[in-house]
This record gives sequence, structure tokens and C-alpha cells, in this order.
Amino acid sequence: MDVIPIAPQVAIRIVDLSYSYPDGRRALNSVNLVVHRDETVGIMGPNGAGKSTLALHLNGILSGQGLVEIMGLEVKKKNLREVRNMVGLVFQDPDDQLFSPTVKEDVAFGPLNQRLSPEQVDHAVSRALAWVGMEGFEDRSPFHLSFGEKKRVSLATVLSMHPEIMVLDEPVSNMDPRGRREFIELIDTLEATKLVITHDLAMTREVCDRVVVMDKGEIVTDGRPEDICSDRLLLERHGLI
Amino acid sequence: MKHDFIDRYSKLESPVHARDARAKTVALFAIVIACVTTPPRAWFAFCIYAGLVIIITAASRVPFRYLLTRMLAVVPFILVVAVFVPFMHNGGESTHWGWLTVSTSGLLILWNVTAKSLISVSCLILLTSTTHFPDLMHGFEQMHVPRFFTLVSSFMYRYIFIIVDEAERMKRARDSRNYRGKWIWQAKVIGFMIASLFLRSQERAEHVYQAMTARGFDGTYPRWTESKMFAADYIFMFAVAATAIAGRLAVLWT
Repeated sequence: MDVIPIAPQVAIRIVDLSYSYPDGRRALNSVNLVVHRDETVGIMGPNGAGKSTLALHLNGILSGQGLVEIMGLEVKKKNLREVRNMVGLVFQDPDDQLFSPTVKEDVAFGPLNQRLSPEQVDHAVSRALAWVGMEGFEDRSPFHLSFGEKKRVSLATVLSMHPEIMVLDEPVSNMDPRGRREFIELIDTLEATKLVITHDLAMTREVCDRVVVMDKGEIVTDGRPEDICSDRLLLERHGLI
Repeated sequence: MKHDFIDRYSKLESPVHARDARAKTVALFAIVIACVTTPPRAWFAFCIYAGLVIIITAASRVPFRYLLTRMLAVVPFILVVAVFVPFMHNGGESTHWGWLTVSTSGLLILWNVTAKSLISVSCLILLTSTTHFPDLMHGFEQMHVPRFFTLVSSFMYRYIFIIVDEAERMKRARDSRNYRGKWIWQAKVIGFMIASLFLRSQERAEHVYQAMTARGFDGTYPRWTESKMFAADYIFMFAVAATAIAGRLAVLWT
């Protein structure tokens, strides 16, 4: 008899995760975190708090001591392909994310690695570009795009893979006010479990259901955005205002 | 910052731009190979090659001025290598111009190097300025050029100007702080700048690799679309290649 698996309600489970850089610097210190499906969680903290390091553990680019589970699947070498299909990482600098000579090729890169058929790839590419409002830019070189456009295409390169979980590293840093506002609206419309790494208090209030504050490689608070964003003492102590 | 791109003018619309990258590669390389193997005294053959280049350029609407300025890039090399050859006495015929002695065989070498390098370089300039760079790489791949070569070239095309920008920003930051002084001090500063540029590029490479692995990259680069050659592409390829080869073969009979 076939057993129909029930979709797990826990999207990300991190248990006692620690990581030290090759030079011995401690980046994560027994981090515990559970993120439920379709939740949007903000990860805040000063520079060097370990936020990006944590993000790189979610799809196994870095691996420390402890357990990381994505949709019930442990992140380890054997499962990397599946894990990377489920977790979409959007990096902070779009010039790191966009490495292909044309926009189209970059958005197709993920689906091609998923070994989709050419028609499916075409479909995924045009859908992702339409979603971020960048239709008609297919043959442009990423170098010729404005910063805001590059950010949108970066998002499309991950959306085209249909990830269950989106991890956005500093999505609106360095953006001008209008670009920032539009990008926040775009993030808000994405249907996925979202992890948003940011210093931006206003954005956390707008898009997040929950906020986790990190400092010195540890999670210091976990709560509702309204509560955390109005706790001046906490924000000051962790360099967020 | 604004840069002059490798494939500037590659987005024009013309009968040459519309041809498949492979057709253009084969046709223009046929001219190059015919040209470099032609003996220097076969003036007629060189006229054919130059004629082909001029006709293709005119048809492509790439400005001749642009072609000529790009060609200037190789002139210094010709100057360094060949310009002194006619003045070196290596026996044989020679002409006296005042106190200068010019040897005929030396002149012939100068002509040979100049004509061949200018025609070959203009073919390559034509290829890159009538083909969008990604299409060119794609064409190379379909012609079974090693994937490693096309990948490295594609990354170069994507990142070279980002590195140039970084260098430019460093230069501005340096000059804003009143950079001057003895040359030995300047050399030291330039050395530091090169080192830091190298480190930044390496860091960039690491980040790009992370972004690639995050999207499931496992070392193999999957292919996607295959472009097709149509009748017009074959006609262009054979017409140009046949003319060049005919010019080369005609030399054998005369």
C-alpha cells in the first residue's frame, strides 16, 4: 500500500548548530530555530552577527556541527540536490548572483540544473521574469541593468526554480527609496516560506510575521515584529538603531 | 561607468548580423587562413581578401571608422616587430635613400606582416562586432570548442568591466587623497592596488561560485537551446569561404 506523505508543517528546523570559520573565528554558537511553512521570518542583527553564515547552512554551502532539516530532510551531502531545489538563496550583491552573459541564461541556470526539458525551462524563465516585472529583458547583459533591475532579475533566477523556501540576504540594501518600496511589495507577494535577512526595521514590520534577532553568532530574541521593533533598549543593545 | 564593449555594434540589424555565429566563424576564419598562407608577392590574392572584408563590413553597417580604430590596436606590434626589418642589411637587393639603406626583401617582410595582420584582425573585429557575444560562445560550443574555453570567455565577458570599475574606483580614491611622490613610492602604491584588485576578484569568484552551487550547479553546465543554420547561413558561409579559397588557389597557378 502506498503511503501518501503528509506535507510537513515545519519548513526549517535547526538544532544546536555551531560553526567556526577556517581561521577559528566562531560564527554560529548553538543556534536553534524552527520556521513553519508559509511563515515570513526576519533575521536581524548587526554586521558580523552570523546571519549570512546561517543562511549558507540552509542549503549546505557551509556545514557546521548540529542538525539542519529542510522540509523534514536533513541537509547532508546525500540530500544536497533536493535541498537546493527547495531552498532558494538570493545573495546580497546581484553581481555575484548574475554571472551569465544574458538575463535569460541566468534565469534558466537553476531550471537547467534541475534537468527540466527545454519547454519547461522556457516556461519557468518567462514566468519568473513576468513575476518580477522584467519581461523583455531576456537578451540584455546583466552589466547593462540598473541596480534595481539587477535585484529583480536576481530574484527571478531563484523563483524560476520554484523553491519552497526563499532566503533573501539584505534584499533592499543600497536601493533608492522607490526601488526599495517596490521590491518590498514584490517580496510580500511571493508565495513561499521566507527568511529575510536585514537591518531594515521598517521592512521587517511590513513583511515579517516573526523576527529573530542575532548577535555574536547567537539568537538573542524571537518575537513579533511590532514588539521587537518598539523595544528601543533591545535594538540599541544589538546595534540595530 | 561607461565602457566600450567587446561586441559593440553587435546589436545592429543587417544581413551579416542575422547570420548564424557558426557561418560567420567559418567564413571569416577561411579568409584568415587563406590570407596568412598566401605568399607575400601575390598582390592579387590580398586584393580579394581585402575586398571581401570591405564588402562584409559595408553589408554589416558597422562603421569603417570603428573598424579602423579597432585595428589600430595591433599597429604598435607591427611597428615594434617589423618596421626595422627593411633597414637591416641582409644582403640581396637594396635601395639607398640618402643615408638610409632599404633592403627589398626586408620591405617585403614588412608588407607581408602588415597586410596579413591587418586583414586577419579586421576579420576578427568583424566577427565580434556582428555577433552578440553570448551567441558567439554558443556557436563555438556547437562547433565543439571545449566547454572550458567558452565558459572562461563568458565569465570574462561578464566580469571584466566590473573589475575595471573596481580599479577605476580605487584610482579615484587614491587620487582624491593627493597621490603623488617619487616613482618608487608610486610603484609601491600601484603594487598594493594590483594585489587588492586580485584579492577582490578572488573573493568575487568565491561568491559567484556560492551563488552557482546554491542553484544546484554540480560542475556540468547543461545545454539548453540549439540554434539552427538556415539556407542563408550556408550560402553566406560557402560564398565567403569559397571566394577566399579561390583567391588562395589562384596563386598556385600563376
